[in-house]
Amino acid sequence: MGKAEEAKKLGLTDEEYNLIVQTLGREPNDVELGMYSVMWSEHCSYKNSKPLLKRFPTIAPHVLQGPGENAGIVDIGDNLAVVLKIESHNHPSAVEPYQGAATGVGGIIRDIFAMGARPIALLDSLRFGELDDPRVKYLLSGVVSGIADYGNCMGIPTVGGETYFNDAYKDNPLVNAMCVGIIRHDDIIKGKAQGVGNSVMLVGAATGRDGIHGASFASEELSEESESKRPSVQVGDPFMEKLLLEACLELLKEKWVVGIQDLGAAGLTSACSETAARAGTGIELDVALVPRREKGMTPYEVMLSESQERMLIIVEKGHEEDVKRIFEKWDLYAVKIGEVTGDGMLRVLENGKIVAEVPAKSLAEGAPVIKREGKRPVYMDVQDLDYSKIEIPENLSEVLLRLLASPNIASKAWVYQQYDHTVRTDTVVPPGSDAAVLRIKGTKKGIALTTDCNGLYCYLDPYEGGKQAVAEAARNLVVTGAKPLAITDCLNFGSPENPEVYYQFEKCIDGISEAAKALEIPVVSGNVSFYNESSSRVIFPTPVIGMVGLLEDVKKRCTMAFKNPGDIVVLLGENSDEMGASEYLRVIFGIQGGKPPRVDLEREKRLHLCCLKAIKKGILSSAHDVSEGGLAVAIAESCITGNLGFEGEITSDIRADALLFGEGQSRIVVSLKEENLPALIELADETGVKAMVLGRVVPEYFRINVKDSKGGFKKIELSVEEMADIWSKSLERKVEE
Amino acid sequence: MRCAVIVFPGSNCDVDCFHVWKDVLGQPTEYVFHKERFSAEDFDLIILPGGFSYGDYLRAGAIARFSPAMDSVYKAAEKGKLILGICNGFQILLEAGLLPGAMMKNRDLKFHCHDVYLKVGTADSPFTNMYLPGEVVKMPIAHGEGNYYADADTIERLKREDRIVFYYSDEKGNITDEANPNGSAENIAGILNEERNVLGMMPHPERCAEEILGNTDGKRLFMSILEYLEGRVKIGKSRRS
Amino acid sequence: MFNAKICVRFKNGVLDPQGAAIKGALNHLGFEAEDVRVGKLIEVKLKAGNLEEAKAKVRMMCEKLLANPVLEDFSFEVVEESI
Repeated sequence: MGKAEEAKKLGLTDEEYNLIVQTLGREPNDVELGMYSVMWSEHCSYKNSKPLLKRFPTIAPHVLQGPGENAGIVDIGDNLAVVLKIESHNHPSAVEPYQGAATGVGGIIRDIFAMGARPIALLDSLRFGELDDPRVKYLLSGVVSGIADYGNCMGIPTVGGETYFNDAYKDNPLVNAMCVGIIRHDDIIKGKAQGVGNSVMLVGAATGRDGIHGASFASEELSEESESKRPSVQVGDPFMEKLLLEACLELLKEKWVVGIQDLGAAGLTSACSETAARAGTGIELDVALVPRREKGMTPYEVMLSESQERMLIIVEKGHEEDVKRIFEKWDLYAVKIGEVTGDGMLRVLENGKIVAEVPAKSLAEGAPVIKREGKRPVYMDVQDLDYSKIEIPENLSEVLLRLLASPNIASKAWVYQQYDHTVRTDTVVPPGSDAAVLRIKGTKKGIALTTDCNGLYCYLDPYEGGKQAVAEAARNLVVTGAKPLAITDCLNFGSPENPEVYYQFEKCIDGISEAAKALEIPVVSGNVSFYNESSSRVIFPTPVIGMVGLLEDVKKRCTMAFKNPGDIVVLLGENSDEMGASEYLRVIFGIQGGKPPRVDLEREKRLHLCCLKAIKKGILSSAHDVSEGGLAVAIAESCITGNLGFEGEITSDIRADALLFGEGQSRIVVSLKEENLPALIELADETGVKAMVLGRVVPEYFRINVKDSKGGFKKIELSVEEMADIWSKSLERKVEE
Repeated sequence: MRCAVIVFPGSNCDVDCFHVWKDVLGQPTEYVFHKERFSAEDFDLIILPGGFSYGDYLRAGAIARFSPAMDSVYKAAEKGKLILGICNGFQILLEAGLLPGAMMKNRDLKFHCHDVYLKVGTADSPFTNMYLPGEVVKMPIAHGEGNYYADADTIERLKREDRIVFYYSDEKGNITDEANPNGSAENIAGILNEERNVLGMMPHPERCAEEILGNTDGKRLFMSILEYLEGRVKIGKSRRS
Repeated sequence: MFNAKICVRFKNGVLDPQGAAIKGALNHLGFEAEDVRVGKLIEVKLKAGNLEEAKAKVRMMCEKLLANPVLEDFSFEVVEESI
C-alpha cells in the first residue's frame, strides 16, 4: 500500500497528507504518519472548531490563564486562584461504560494537577437514552460506578453535575467530567518545555498498548465496528493516580521544575509536541528508555500509547535525581527519556537511532483548519406549536406528580450518593441543590460550582439554547449567593461534516458568547466532542457549561430548601406564556417541540444583581432557580428539600399550565421572613426586577390556586410527603425495576 | 494531646482528621508516613484515616497492615495508647487483628455516601464518654465495603462486653434492617477492642465536627478523647469487674 | 519456576452479595442458576526448590495475605512450569 493510501486509512485527507510531505520535504515514515494522524484528528487538533472557538470572550482582569493550557485559571483573591476544566469521554464510555467514565475522570484530574493545583472537586454531566431500555440502565450503572470508583479512591469529592435522559442520547451517551482545583498564584506551572538542555522525564505508570489510536477513535461515528474496537479503551488505576497526584504536588513545590504535562489522548506524541510547541523548542527522546508493561512494543506503539496515569515533566538539567527521590517515596518511577532541544523538532530515537523526526509545532498546531459552511436545519423552519390544540389537563396535581417522577426532574440521589461528596470536609452545600458550595479553608470564602445545558432547547434553537445554558448556569450560582467567575465548556455535537450539525455548533457558540459577554463571565477552558452520532440518530447539540462562582463570605450562602413555616414566598422575575420545549409537554403530551424559552440577557443580569444583593444582606431564607418543570416544580422542590409545605395563590391571564409548568427564563423563587419583605421589594425596585408574592411556607401540605381575570380557577393540592416520596425515589425505582 | 495521623498510600481522609485535631481542637498533630516507625511514647492518640490504602486491592485494608508504621501501631495499642480507625482505618484494624471480624462489600454492592443515624451503644469508652448511652447522633458514611461480619460467638461477646459503640438506627433509635445501610451484622457501625483503647468505626466523625458543615455530632467524639486523655473521665472499671 | 493458581472464596454460610446479584441476573436471563459463589483467582509465579516447597510457600501466602480467615477459604494448585 502506498503512503498516501495508508494516510487516508488513518483518517488523513489528501490535503493534509500533502501538507505533511511538504513540511517534511519527504514522505513520512510509518511512525511519523501515525503521530500526524492522531495529532491532526479533530480530538487533538480542533481543526473543525478552532475558528469558531475564537468567538468566546476569554479575557477579564481576574483571568490568570485562558484557553490553550491544560486548564483555565481565575483569581479569587487572597493570593489564591481556582483552576477549572471540563472534558468529554463520550466514545470510550459508549463502548465500555465503567472504564470509559473512570478514565475520563482520571484524565480531567491530571489536567488540574498539571497546573500545580490541588484538585478539590469533581462534577459530572451525564446524558443517556430513556431508562426503559436495558442497555441504557447498563450504561448508566457502569458510568456511575466508574466515576464513583475513580473519584472516591482519589479522595476528591464529586459535588455536582447533571443527569438527563432522552432518546437522542440512546446510542451516544455523554460523559463530561469537570474538575476544579485550588492553587496559590506563585505555584502556577505551565505545560512548557523551556530551556534547551533541560531534561524530559516520564513519571507514573508503565506504558502498555492501551488505547492506541484512541484519539482518532473519538473522532469517528459509533458503528458496529466500534464495538469490536474494545481493546482500544484504556483501563484506569485510581490508586496509581492518587500516588502520582501526591508525588507531583510535592515535586511542583520545587523551583527547578520547568513544565509538566499530562499524557492523555495521543500519549507521548501529544505531550512532547505540545510542550515543545508552546515553548517554541524541540524535544529529543529515546523510546527505548520508556518503561514498558508489555514486551516487544514498537516505537509507533510507545509514541501513541494512551496508557493512563502518566505525566511528562521537564526539569532543569542536573535535578533528575531529585525528581527520582520524590517519586521513589511514593513507589513510583521517574525516568529521563530525553531533553529539550533548540531546533523545534520532535525527534524520536530508538536506542540512539532516529525513528521519527518532525517539527513539533507542525504536529501540535499545524493541522490545516477546515472551513465549513453551516446550513440551517430544515426542522427549524417548522412553525411553533399551536398551543390552542393542547388542552389543559383537568387534574394539575396529577401533572405535578408525573413531572416530579420524571427522571429529568426527580432527585438524582441514586447517582450522587454513590459518589463520595463529603471527603475533604469542604462541601457546605452538597449535591442536590442548584449548585454545590465549597468553603476554602483558611479564608472566609467559598466557591460555587455547577454544570448546565438543556439539549432539547439547543436542538430546537441552537442560539437561544446556547444563551440559556450560560444564563441557567449563572443563575444556579447566583441563588447560592455566588458571583459567577468563569466558564469551562464541553461542546458535544454530531459530525461537523454534516452542515446542519455545523450550523448547530456555530449558533450554540454564538449564543454562549453572547450570554458570556452580557453577563461578563469569560470562557477559560473547554473541550469539543464531535461525531456523537450513530447510523440512526444524532445527539441533541449539547454545549455543557461548567461554571465557577465566588462567595466572599461563605457563611452567607443560601440554599433552595424552605426553612421556616410562615416565611413569605416571592417570585423574582416575570412569568411568561412560554411552554415550548418544556418537560411538561414532553412528559404529559409526548411532544418535543415548540420554541424554547428565550433569555433576555439584560433582564437576567438585573435578576442576578437583585438576588446577590438580597443574599448578601442576609434577608433571604431560601432561593431556587426556576428551570425544568417550571414554577410549580421549583416551589415543590423547595418544599421537599425543606420538609415543609406551601400555600399560595396566583392571579394571571397566562394559561394555567404555562404559568405552572412553562419554563420561562430569568425567574427565582425565594422565601423570606415577612419583616424582610419591604427590603426585598426595595431591592427589586432598585434593580428593576419584578417581585411577586406567591404565598407562604406552611408545615406540611402543598396548595396553589390559580385564578384568571375571567373567573377561571385551577388548583394543585398535594401532601408534601407524597411529593417527596415520588421525587426522591423515582429515579432509583426506574433504574432498579 | 499529641496525635499521629498515619498516611498510607491511598489514604485520603488524613487531611480531614489532621484538620479536626489540629485546627478544631487545637492540639498538636503530626502525619506519620507508612514507611516510618514511631515511638508509642511520642503520641497519645493514633488515627488510621479513611481512604483506599493500596487502592483497596485484594481486600480493603489487607495490604496496609504490613507497613512499618503498623508495627508501631501494634506496639502503641499494646501500651494502651488510643487508636482510632475510621472507615478504611477500621478495615485495616480488622485485617490487622486488632479488632475482631471482617468487612465485606455493602450488600447492595454500591458505594454509599450519605448521613446515617447512629445509636450510641456505649458511652463507657475513651472515645464516646461525651455521648449518652442510647443517644441518637447523625454522621456521614462514605464507603463501599462497610458490611461488618463476625461469627455469632464473636458478636455475642462484643455485646456481653459492651464493646459495640455505634449501631445504625433510624432517627428515633430503632435498630432496623431499613436503617442498615450496608448489611452489617446486628447493624454494627463501630466496635472496641477488649481493652477499650482501640476503636474502629465506619462513619466519619471528622466530617461533622464543625458548625459550618451543618453538624457537630462528630466533634464530641474527639472531645471525648481529649476529656479522657486529660484525665477528666474514667471509663470501664465497673463493667469489666 | 512454579505456577500457582489460587482460588479465594467466601466460606460457606457467609452471605455473598456479588454471588446473589449474579444469580439474579442469570435467572433473569433464563439460566435457572441454583447457587452462585464469586471468588478470586490469583495466579502467582514463584521460585522454589521443589513442588513440596512451592506448595508450602503458597499455603503461607494464602494464610498471611491472600485470604482473610474470618471470611474466606482458599484452595490452590501448583504446577512446575515446563520449559
